[in-house]
Amino acid sequence: MMKKELGLFLLILVVGCVVAVLNPRFLSPINLGNTANLIGLFGLFSLGEGIVIITGGIELSIGSIFALLGVIFIDLLVTYALPWWQAVIITVLGGTVLGAIHGYLVTKLKLQPFIVTLCGLLIYRGVARYYTNDGTAGFEFGQRLPTLEWITTGRTAGVPHSFIVFLIVAALMAVVLHRSVFGRYLFAVGKNEEAARYSGIRTNWVIAAAYILCGALAGLSSIYLAMYTRSISPASHGNFYELYGIAAAVLGGCSLRGGEGSILGIVLGTILLQVLQNLVNLLGIPSSLNFAVMGTVILIGVLADQQLTRLRNRKRAR
Amino acid sequence: MTDDPSGLRPPPHVNGEGKKEAPLLELLAVSKTYPGVKALDRVSLAVGPGEVLALIGENGAGKSTLMKILGGVVEPSEGTIRIDGAEHASLTVAAAMKAGIAFVHQELNLFDNLDVAANVMIGREPVRGPARLIDHRALDDKVTPLLRRLDVDFEAHTPVADLSLAQCQLVEIVKALSLDARVVIMDEPTSALTASETARLLKVIAELKAGGVSVIFISHRLNEVEQCADRVVVLRDGAVVGALQRGEIRHDAMIRMMIGRDLKSLYISPLRPPGEPVLEAAGMRTPVHPDEAIDLALHRGEILGMAGLVGAGRTELARVLFGVDRALAGEVRLDGQRVAIREPRDAIDLGIFLVPEDRKRTGLVLDESVNENISLPNLKAFARAMLVRRGDERRNALEQKAALDIRTASVDTLVGTLSGGNQQKVVLAKWLSMKPRVVIFDEPTRGIDVGSKAEIYKLMRGLADGGVAVLMISSDMEEVIGVSDRIAVMREGRIAGFLTRNEFSEENVMRLAVGRRDMQAAEAVAS
Repeated sequence: MMKKELGLFLLILVVGCVVAVLNPRFLSPINLGNTANLIGLFGLFSLGEGIVIITGGIELSIGSIFALLGVIFIDLLVTYALPWWQAVIITVLGGTVLGAIHGYLVTKLKLQPFIVTLCGLLIYRGVARYYTNDGTAGFEFGQRLPTLEWITTGRTAGVPHSFIVFLIVAALMAVVLHRSVFGRYLFAVGKNEEAARYSGIRTNWVIAAAYILCGALAGLSSIYLAMYTRSISPASHGNFYELYGIAAAVLGGCSLRGGEGSILGIVLGTILLQVLQNLVNLLGIPSSLNFAVMGTVILIGVLADQQLTRLRNRKRAR
Repeated sequence: MTDDPSGLRPPPHVNGEGKKEAPLLELLAVSKTYPGVKALDRVSLAVGPGEVLALIGENGAGKSTLMKILGGVVEPSEGTIRIDGAEHASLTVAAAMKAGIAFVHQELNLFDNLDVAANVMIGREPVRGPARLIDHRALDDKVTPLLRRLDVDFEAHTPVADLSLAQCQLVEIVKALSLDARVVIMDEPTSALTASETARLLKVIAELKAGGVSVIFISHRLNEVEQCADRVVVLRDGAVVGALQRGEIRHDAMIRMMIGRDLKSLYISPLRPPGEPVLEAAGMRTPVHPDEAIDLALHRGEILGMAGLVGAGRTELARVLFGVDRALAGEVRLDGQRVAIREPRDAIDLGIFLVPEDRKRTGLVLDESVNENISLPNLKAFARAMLVRRGDERRNALEQKAALDIRTASVDTLVGTLSGGNQQKVVLAKWLSMKPRVVIFDEPTRGIDVGSKAEIYKLMRGLADGGVAVLMISSDMEEVIGVSDRIAVMREGRIAGFLTRNEFSEENVMRLAVGRRDMQAAEAVAS
């Protein structure tokens, strides 16, 4: 179990060293700070995606949730001039409610997670675009929210707060997933839902809770992303971001069949993805190749992992 | 005749006094060892052309392993297989087919969406033209004569979805014939058939025999064996323990050989007579048999055996009592108090536990460790502030491992790698670390080696002696008769009757399980 994470960590180190040698700017404080910020932004929701994947499900609507909750969040601050903390609570609650709806549809109405969240992806994007009349939602010129800005985009000793919040959430989630009763239930449900039910686990609640947690984290991410971009054009804001989450989880050792994965793995997966993005920028690779590089690395990583597992099993069989 | 002290008999001679035919198929001292289990121990048998050989033995006696070896699915560890005098160390699936060995499986392998002819000729369809389209006329021409030969009541074009289970079995036999099978192996072919369907199947077997086809017939139903077998070979614990020739094939002789010394010794009488009812179900209706209401009482300190044919509704009853399915109607009382069981958690909180039939799918999380499986239903007891205290959890797992003698290198081993018997003990360990009041065992010893079986029986008795009410669902007649204090027999979703200890007999159980009418029909056919 820890072998996977160690391998991923070594891979990050190797990629990091190569990039640092080829372009020393990789290690400059500015670059590291920016990369850390992106890791924090993308890591927050990747954690939620990972939890859902561990139950054997999938969450495809995260990017659209960013667009919908993002425009609502900005509208609450700009049009309704709510205090920032109220807007934050409403936005996180909004994500939680959406997650609860997904959980209800998946567990009670027995719909397939892929279909439920694919519909979510389409619906939320459409509603977000309608809400702003396909226009861009942004803060008013010169509008300042010092506390909120400090929490979301601020830095302490050069370390972006998004990154710090990500690490805190990851640490909490690690305790929940790997130490708590609920975490044990999550894995049991992901590995064998029937057997979990026969062992007295309320499997519907456990699965629904995973979607709710994922929704809440998506809500929190919406705020961080909105504060980072400061303006949201709902047609493109957060497009494909759910795929970053899935990629990070899979790179980090989550199996799409469920029942496997770790928080450390997801964290490392997120870091690797962002380092790769950074690599594309720093090595002067055309940024149009961005996705291609990411896809190739994920493919190689999953292939290598599978071959190693097969090798290990063969050795054990002997 | 060599008198082998190990109990190995020389291959029984097929040739009757008058006939001088060589055996078609012979097994010579074939053994099969799985890690930790000897499934077959130097088994020798032979079947001649046109002979019906019945293979009998209790569950786990090694019949299915033997059949897998004949089918080329499993390789024997030792021994020789001789077909038409040619020796083989093992068979492949292709070689078995080529030698004319065909199977009619217990679970049917037919395609519901195709018709009879297409199923019979699947993979071997006659084709014509450059596009290699299926030649439907040639297909019918090949299949129809075979259907006529067996005198079946369906056509080549009948969709398989419209056929009854018995008819499907006939389709499998037709398929075997179309492959020019010389030996047809039937694994429990009558287990799901009604009496009249069984009678027809027996006629088909006679038909095959007349045509020179050999049949190896595996069955628990001794009446049928008596009717159709030329010779009976009895397996017990992986070894041949005896053979009966035509004139000697009688019910009592077969039972004596099958069960040997064990039948009486299985039963350990309870320490004290059963007490007041613990669990009472009144007017229970299960979703599968909504028209039948079940009344049942389980008493403190008793083992109530529950017998019945496959599909009689026993597992469905267990699922309702444990809260996996909701009852459509009726009420459940625990110690006289009415209780609502909506999901397994409710049952578990009340102390009603289920050891399910399919331990791989519902009993255990195979990809988790022994430790994690044992604590799963009771995890909160090992947690403080919702965080699992792994020391406590582990201590309990180690205690259970010692108490139940679970043979595993460590409690961190994945459950999926353990043997069937040890897996079942892990399922038991889950419940024994809590406080049981009622434990329902559904086929508790299916696929388990003899040694573990005895331990599980002892555990059950231990539970009952501790004041727990035990419900044991089992299709293993020997087990039901040998372990229970009382037997309930289910038939078609209702309880057909109860038997007390002095009424226990295989016949009485069967009579209730199949119903009086079917029994009479079977007897009428027999005479």
